Amino acid sequence: MTFSVPPPDLQDRRTWMGLLARARPERLAELVPDEPDPGPVILRQPEIGTVMVQGRIGAAGSPFNLGEMTVTRCSLRLESGAVGHAHVQGRSKDHARRAALVDALMQTGRAAQLRRDVLEPLLRDEADRRRARAEKAAATKVEFFTLVRGEDR
Amino acid sequence: MYVAVKGGERAIENAHALLAEDRRGDTGVAELSVAQIREQLRLAVNRVMAEGSLFDPDLAALAIKQARGDLIEAVFLIRAYRTTLPRFGSSRPVDTGTMACSRRISATFKDAPGGQVLGPTFDYTHRLLDFRLAAEGQALPRPATADPVAGPVPHITSFLNREGLIETDRPGDDLPPDLTREPMELPAPRALRLQAITRGDEGFILSLAYSTQRGYGRTHAFVGELRIGTVAVEMDIPELGFAVEIGEVELTECETVNQFTGSKTEPPQFTRGYGLVFGQTERKAIAMSLVDRALRWKELGEDDTGAPAQDEEFVLMHADNVQATGFLEHIKLPHYVDFQAETELVRKLRAEGAARRQEAAE
Repeated sequence: MTFSVPPPDLQDRRTWMGLLARARPERLAELVPDEPDPGPVILRQPEIGTVMVQGRIGAAGSPFNLGEMTVTRCSLRLESGAVGHAHVQGRSKDHARRAALVDALMQTGRAAQLRRDVLEPLLRDEADRRRARAEKAAATKVEFFTLVRGEDR
Repeated sequence: MYVAVKGGERAIENAHALLAEDRRGDTGVAELSVAQIREQLRLAVNRVMAEGSLFDPDLAALAIKQARGDLIEAVFLIRAYRTTLPRFGSSRPVDTGTMACSRRISATFKDAPGGQVLGPTFDYTHRLLDFRLAAEGQALPRPATADPVAGPVPHITSFLNREGLIETDRPGDDLPPDLTREPMELPAPRALRLQAITRGDEGFILSLAYSTQRGYGRTHAFVGELRIGTVAVEMDIPELGFAVEIGEVELTECETVNQFTGSKTEPPQFTRGYGLVFGQTERKAIAMSLVDRALRWKELGEDDTGAPAQDEEFVLMHADNVQATGFLEHIKLPHYVDFQAETELVRKLRAEGAARRQEAAE
């Protein structure tokens, strides 16, 4: 199977799938309440496994295997036929199921509502978290100053 | 003669119950939660993730609790758990150039673009015990904030590249060998060596790296750059036909710049050692890059000085602490039959020796 750069509409899907995967499971649970019965058809039950993470020799050379990370995946289908997939970090089956559900719903008429109520809050959380960390690190940046030496006088 | 011996079930059961009680310690002291270990013993968690070769802070914290703080035992638990999980696939190689750095320093370039960012480091602390930590509920100092540098911070060694003073790694996309799937074969390519070292025992890798600094396979290493931070992990999803981010991991990356006067095959230039390890684990990452560089002697046409750190078999076959502790500790388990055979042998040799001496005397 060959993988290529996804077309622009897929780029959007890539973005939300990544955001859902990186979300804190508890936060996603707050934003996405349990779906009413009958729920979507589960195509693949939430399953815990691993993914081998690769690095590159010297940061830019050939790949090598760094070690694995835990990942949970899930696939489901809505009544409308929209299929949602999720591969999310960690071992939370609820996280994977909710991420797959949002992925499927984002392909339906509810996309705008979910973007506002789920994706945008997640994006804000993540941006806040990252900015807070980056700002604290930035405050530890060394400002060098050169002492005036005797021969400079 | 082989005699099967049964017994000890009750002793074992009782020993496990005693272990559980000792693990808990004084019940007058509050029980430690997995979340507390994850948050407050984070460097222990990082070490267990790196050597357990599985990035999952909650699992590593649980393993540390179960192992009563014995980190090698915790690594063992993680490795054992890992074997129960299916592997969904491999990620794309992570791009450490896009790392969101919480620490980034260089020992070679003072004024590197992006600056020297110290981050949460023990460096420059006085290593005096802080008795204020013995009292609980102390007010936390509030870390200062400043405007961060926008965008990714470039790798410092790329500046040396501009002048061609440092060797460049040829990018490639070959499927790397995996020692968790195929038994390690020697000589091992660099990719396999790095996998073995990044999951190897920190103490062992540290000592080997130190030995190179003391002259056993000296490589004149400077830390060109050390960075710690998070990177996104991306994987190709077959059902979708494209790659998505599946999460992010914290990594420590070390690039050493090593003096190299040239050899029969290579011009004088700086050469590189590389370390990349899960979590904030900088001692391990620095040690890894020194050992990586020492093991490259053949490829760079350097002399084999017979140093342990240059001996690939010695390094790679003894770096894994789960293998090492398994073999080491098994000798305490019952070897009654083996030992009985050895005893018989010694008795026989003594009897023969006595008979010979008797004969000679007569």
